[in-house]
Amino acid sequence: MKNKFIYLSILVAGLVSCEPEFENEVDANYTAGEADFSSYVAIGNSLTAGYMDGSVSRVGQSYSFPNLLSQQFATVGGGSFTQPSYEEDVNNLGGIAGLSGFSTRLVINASVGAPQPIAGTSTITLTPQATAYNNMGVPGAKSFHLLAPGYGNPAGLALGQANPYYVRHATSSTSTVLGDALSKNPTFFTNWIGANDILSYATSGGAKSDGSAADDHNVTGNTNPATYGSNDITNSAVFAGTYSTIVDQLTANGAKGVLCTIPSVTSIPYFTTVPYNPLSPTALGGSANINALNSQLYGPLNGIFSAYGEPNRVKLLSASSANPILIYDVDAADRSAQITGALTPVFGAQTAAAFGAIFGKARQATADDLIVLPASAVIGTVNTSSPSTLININGVSYPMANKWVLTSTEKAKVASATSAYNSSITAIASSKNLAVADMNAILNVLVGGLRSVDGSVYTANYFSGPTTEYKVLFSLDGVHPNARGYAVIANEIIKVINAHYKSNMPYLNPSYYPGINIVATN
Amino acid sequence: MRKLLSLTIFALASSTVFAGGYRVSIQGQKQLAMGHTGVAIVNSAETAFFNPAGMAYLKDKFNLSVGGSVLFSKTRFQNSEYNWKASSDNVGTPFNVYATYKITDWLTAGLAVYSPFGSEVEWDQDWQGAHLVNNIDLKAIFIQPTVSIRIGDEFSFGGGPIYATGSVNLNRNLSINPLLSANGSGTDVTLDAKGITAWGYNVGFMFNPTSKLRLGVNYRSEITMEARDGDATYADTPDFNPLQNTTFDADLPLPAEITSGLSYQVTDKWLVAFDYNYTMWNAYKALDVKFANGQESINPRNYQNSSTYRVGTQYVANDKFTFRAGWYFDESPVQDGYFAPETPRNDSMGFTGGLTYQLNPKFGIDLSLLYLHFDEIDNSYNYSVDPISNTPNPNFGGTYKSSVFSPGVGISYSF
Repeated sequence: MKNKFIYLSILVAGLVSCEPEFENEVDANYTAGEADFSSYVAIGNSLTAGYMDGSVSRVGQSYSFPNLLSQQFATVGGGSFTQPSYEEDVNNLGGIAGLSGFSTRLVINASVGAPQPIAGTSTITLTPQATAYNNMGVPGAKSFHLLAPGYGNPAGLALGQANPYYVRHATSSTSTVLGDALSKNPTFFTNWIGANDILSYATSGGAKSDGSAADDHNVTGNTNPATYGSNDITNSAVFAGTYSTIVDQLTANGAKGVLCTIPSVTSIPYFTTVPYNPLSPTALGGSANINALNSQLYGPLNGIFSAYGEPNRVKLLSASSANPILIYDVDAADRSAQITGALTPVFGAQTAAAFGAIFGKARQATADDLIVLPASAVIGTVNTSSPSTLININGVSYPMANKWVLTSTEKAKVASATSAYNSSITAIASSKNLAVADMNAILNVLVGGLRSVDGSVYTANYFSGPTTEYKVLFSLDGVHPNARGYAVIANEIIKVINAHYKSNMPYLNPSYYPGINIVATN
Repeated sequence: MRKLLSLTIFALASSTVFAGGYRVSIQGQKQLAMGHTGVAIVNSAETAFFNPAGMAYLKDKFNLSVGGSVLFSKTRFQNSEYNWKASSDNVGTPFNVYATYKITDWLTAGLAVYSPFGSEVEWDQDWQGAHLVNNIDLKAIFIQPTVSIRIGDEFSFGGGPIYATGSVNLNRNLSINPLLSANGSGTDVTLDAKGITAWGYNVGFMFNPTSKLRLGVNYRSEITMEARDGDATYADTPDFNPLQNTTFDADLPLPAEITSGLSYQVTDKWLVAFDYNYTMWNAYKALDVKFANGQESINPRNYQNSSTYRVGTQYVANDKFTFRAGWYFDESPVQDGYFAPETPRNDSMGFTGGLTYQLNPKFGIDLSLLYLHFDEIDNSYNYSVDPISNTPNPNFGGTYKSSVFSPGVGISYSF
């Protein structure tokens, strides 16, 4: 018996000694470099909050790029990272209870093959948490909102001066997003604010909510953001001043960080998914319908526009190839009087005036125009406000409203503002010696396909079925990345931090992060 | 007691990969202690495996060797690009039973039962390599009736058919893509086939030019284990895509091995031996799983033929004690880029030792010890394909480090 014990102890000793050990442990070369990640704070908008599929949800938020980053920071001394509480989102539905326009998150309903808000009622409330978090991304925030006292005041909601997401966690009715962020004493920060200063203009097709044209304050020269409409483009001098103030305060105590540029919106699926010319001859109902449309509407319009030197503004519909949709262009030359005049002998003054009002600023879309994603549900449907059944099909016999189309003119305004903002961001970064993550460049690469470190290729394509899902980085809202996309963004930021601050942190492998959510039925 | 021991070993019968590929070289406690040499050694009934020709030179009329090892196999994986860590710790119990009976002076019959192939690896479910393997348990037991004929003291030959029986159980996730996950658990499939049988053979000859020198050659044929109508069971399928369980067919080759070697009796007490194994691993081109529902999963392996170089020595100290030691170098059949976590083995060096304690002239207890050293290796598997998109998965790799430690015990009985 004694011998057995001796053998057993020899055996155990042998086992212990043969534990395989690596020459270098997995984290042997990880280092924070010149940065200090002990208190990391993220400033920004929905892209920072982890917004995806049209909402912030409990699970979606866990994939916010700052949260993913903080997990990597943890390998080099990063501290704890907190985010606004979504514990009340028990069933992970997203949305905000009782607020219109804040529906539940989008999912693909496999039984119909289309995105829909997931069934159920949101359990996310506006109950104030009155807490400053490490993730201070507030969906919908523009640059100047971060400095606006009362942006989290529940009383301001009805007036449109407050943001429900910030109302949930503002430390007081007068606190600012930046002030709450600074209360965390950041040693490191990411700042990705500014996209909404142009994005809401772009996604609304350059229209105000009432359908009239939204303002580009680089054109109006208005530098008082308090007077801006929600879909206006922020004056770039206002942006530069605001951005500079934010960065000055963030760096006042020597914090280091990364400034993220504003992505070029024209490359996101929200604008690239719906073609300008979706009207195939079949979709138009065949040659009989096309001939009728040409003789009754397109022919006369072409005649009138041609007479005023615009022969290409509305051309006859083709019975053999795809046709562009008819759109309302706020910047087009107004021919309502001429149309009314030409049609009065045929239809009488009243109907002719109605036609004139509807088609006066109409034109066919061109490849330079961007049709927004939600327009896909409108094109070809009946326009109930039309005075006549002859001209009541959206995009075919009735021009698509301003908000469905970002015209080439509007697109140029967005591009010009984006470029001005990004110049300010890079100049400020350079003056403060901060790292820059060029999201604009990254998103542009996405259009042609981004090759990640592991060789996977990702594209900006919108979801088109499970077989291509693995390379899609955008969520179903067409604007925000999905979890996999946020992992790619986190990687780009890690790359920038590693280079700028001489740190060495591990990357995330985007292939392992979810793209879309499919449900059997909804 | 003896009966009980052998029964226990039978009950535990399973084995763990630790040599190149899924070949497990633990086919006798005496010979393992000598670096698993033995093609030109006549020591005990173990020769029924190492070279059936040697059975005819065994002195006693009846020889029995029964043994088993406990094999502790550990593999560590890490990838510092993504801060991944994973581990697999497994315990296997390869065993062997050999008996020979001298019918006439020139003819000996025998029976060998042993477990030369096996693989058991168990990573954490849903780990980063789950799309390649979560866990695998492969077992094969060979039963080999054998005869050996000698022509004088110089030459003998022998051999016998092999009846192989085996089973395989493999679980892996269908995809890296969390699209196919239910509640965060990846959809996985378990392939299970039991009672697979096949036939092969083992032949050899031995040549003794002098009373001190023996030369031997042994050939064990390839055996293809054909799993037919195994069960494919899906788990954690998402509700939008409930997969129906089905059956599958797959072939797994157990490769042929040719061994040549010599032993030299330096003094009455001291023996040295050298073996060279050449294993025809190139039979393992791909693991091709055909499902009854028409799906097919092709997993290229492209193993290459590999060599093992063995040295062993034995010293008979006195009537009671015999000491043994050995060393070998085992080349991995796995080529760069085909390094799958299901058989995460690179080149290894084996250090062996052991002794026999002879209770009486008839009955002895054999002890053996094996330590396998693997250098750490950076490698990857680059040929997996995602079944949803039908496009290649990203390469899966990192740094692997393994070690194997195996104490064994056996008994020898002869008269």
